[in-house]
Amino acid sequence: MSGILVVAEVRDGAIRPVTSELMTAACELSEQGMGPVRALVVAGDPAAVAATASLAGVEEALLASSPHEHFEAHVSAAALEAAIAQLSPSAVLASHTIDSLGFAPAVAARGGHGFASDVTSLRLEGEALRAGRELYGGRLQSEVELRPGRSSIVLLRAGAWEPASGADDGANGVSGGANGVSGNANGVSGTGCGITALDVDLSHAPRTEHVSFTSPPSGDVDIERADFLLSIGRGVEEQESIPTFERLAERLGATLSASRPLVDAGWLPSSRQVGQSGRTVTPKVYLALGISGAVQHLAGMSRSGTIIAVNSDPAAPIFGAAHYGAVADLNEVAEAIEQQIG
Amino acid sequence: MKILVPVKQVPALDEDVEIDGARLAAEELEWDLNEWDSFSVEAALRLAEAEEGSEVVVVTVGGEESEDGLLSCLANGADRAVRVEAEDLGEAVGDPIAIAHVLAAVARRESPDLLLCGVQSSDAAHSATGVALAGLLDLAHVAVVSRIERQDAELIVDRELEGGVVETLRLRTPALLTIQTGINEPRYANLRAIKQARAKPLETLSLAEVGLSREEMQAASGARPISLAPRQSGGAASMLEGAPSEIAAQILEIVREAVTA
Repeated sequence: MSGILVVAEVRDGAIRPVTSELMTAACELSEQGMGPVRALVVAGDPAAVAATASLAGVEEALLASSPHEHFEAHVSAAALEAAIAQLSPSAVLASHTIDSLGFAPAVAARGGHGFASDVTSLRLEGEALRAGRELYGGRLQSEVELRPGRSSIVLLRAGAWEPASGADDGANGVSGGANGVSGNANGVSGTGCGITALDVDLSHAPRTEHVSFTSPPSGDVDIERADFLLSIGRGVEEQESIPTFERLAERLGATLSASRPLVDAGWLPSSRQVGQSGRTVTPKVYLALGISGAVQHLAGMSRSGTIIAVNSDPAAPIFGAAHYGAVADLNEVAEAIEQQIG
Repeated sequence: MKILVPVKQVPALDEDVEIDGARLAAEELEWDLNEWDSFSVEAALRLAEAEEGSEVVVVTVGGEESEDGLLSCLANGADRAVRVEAEDLGEAVGDPIAIAHVLAAVARRESPDLLLCGVQSSDAAHSATGVALAGLLDLAHVAVVSRIERQDAELIVDRELEGGVVETLRLRTPALLTIQTGINEPRYANLRAIKQARAKPLETLSLAEVGLSREEMQAASGARPISLAPRQSGGAASMLEGAPSEIAAQILEIVREAVTA
């Protein structure tokens, strides 16, 4: 059992940038003696997809041809199962994304493999992998051990590792140039990365049929363009208060945005949602009232210029991401702000 | 149509927690039904209401405190509840793969047409138990579902991707879906329904009664817990002190400076 297999995250015919973070983690493990790094690319045209990203550090790219153009969970599962059976990797690294969550746990359970998800750190303790992850809304940190002797599937939190250097060099891809890869299994000069077609028949693997993709409706406002966002969360307990915060935002010269629970409840449209399943924003100022800071929310705003958070819970995870914080009643603070604007 | 809905009681997030070794000390905790599970139970109830003769069974792996959660599901309209005693799993109770094995054993007894699981739980947030369960049962599955439409054995579902993009998919039952928050508006039971819920079947099973052992669950676990500690907030926020009016003044100053920068 040796080697690290990176599962490339693919969308719209290209390898997604988050895959580069997996490369960093894989190379770190490889340097600690876990063996060579290989990548698995599952797509309708995996050769074309593999050519869209630099796979520096990868010894071999395994290409699996899917009968579907788009991601299909059962196809990815079957491809990963075949790759694990053939390579017996010590570790399989994937991203903790919606696609990978759709199949990696199934592969882990069926194969009796090790498994850990939403992992933010990895280290070797002897022969065993130890993974760090958060619990309880980010309030607690835990470490778990994946025992050696079986392949371990680990889903890494996006943003927890740096992208591998040279990640932007998409044109150099696996092909070492613009020529693409035509099933040449002899390796490619320039990157030194071998290409192998994975020996697996995926034609009967799909169990879902793609119907369509729909983009989110664009509302009356584009929160991604705002310089100053006043963002409200679950701490705003009543729908009746929304107009108060709309007015406050207006008086502050800010745009009103919200975390997921308020949009789920139908209090604000999805065009105002900040977070992983909403918009990613980078305003000069992000003033968060009553937002606890769930990791899916932080993913959408943690790169804001100045983050100010008001929450009545001193343990709210948002205080770990904010530049300024206040443990206070958001309604009292909001009222005081409005009085002082003048 | 028979729908099996795994649910979980989780510690209320706003409580202070005590750590006992590599786990939370359970005595002081207040428990709620996992938020995602209210949505999956509601989704099951609506599908069941649309077809006469349907049955919704909720199942949990939990201690006695989880019976409150099961009762609220029964009060909302679930027909039966099953609890597998969590104590029997030992430390494997925190592992999503081990839990999936226990749920799979219950599913094999129940033979549901559809399983609905929450995308994740608010405490451990593995986001894995549902899909792991689908793998063990070899079921067609879709994770992170934000809409379900059903026509006999065919399901049309929306899978919610990052950035609010939605993928619409078609699949056939028997199947497993993991349900995202906001898919519906969960109902609340009135006092009468809560009282009547106590008359509905709530079965408690040991791990042995579903054909599994603690050793098997330890071996099946994806990982084992080593340590648990409060999060170290490196680079934590500068805290603003004082009465709300003082905090407001400080915020306004920070904002003015930052916006004009």
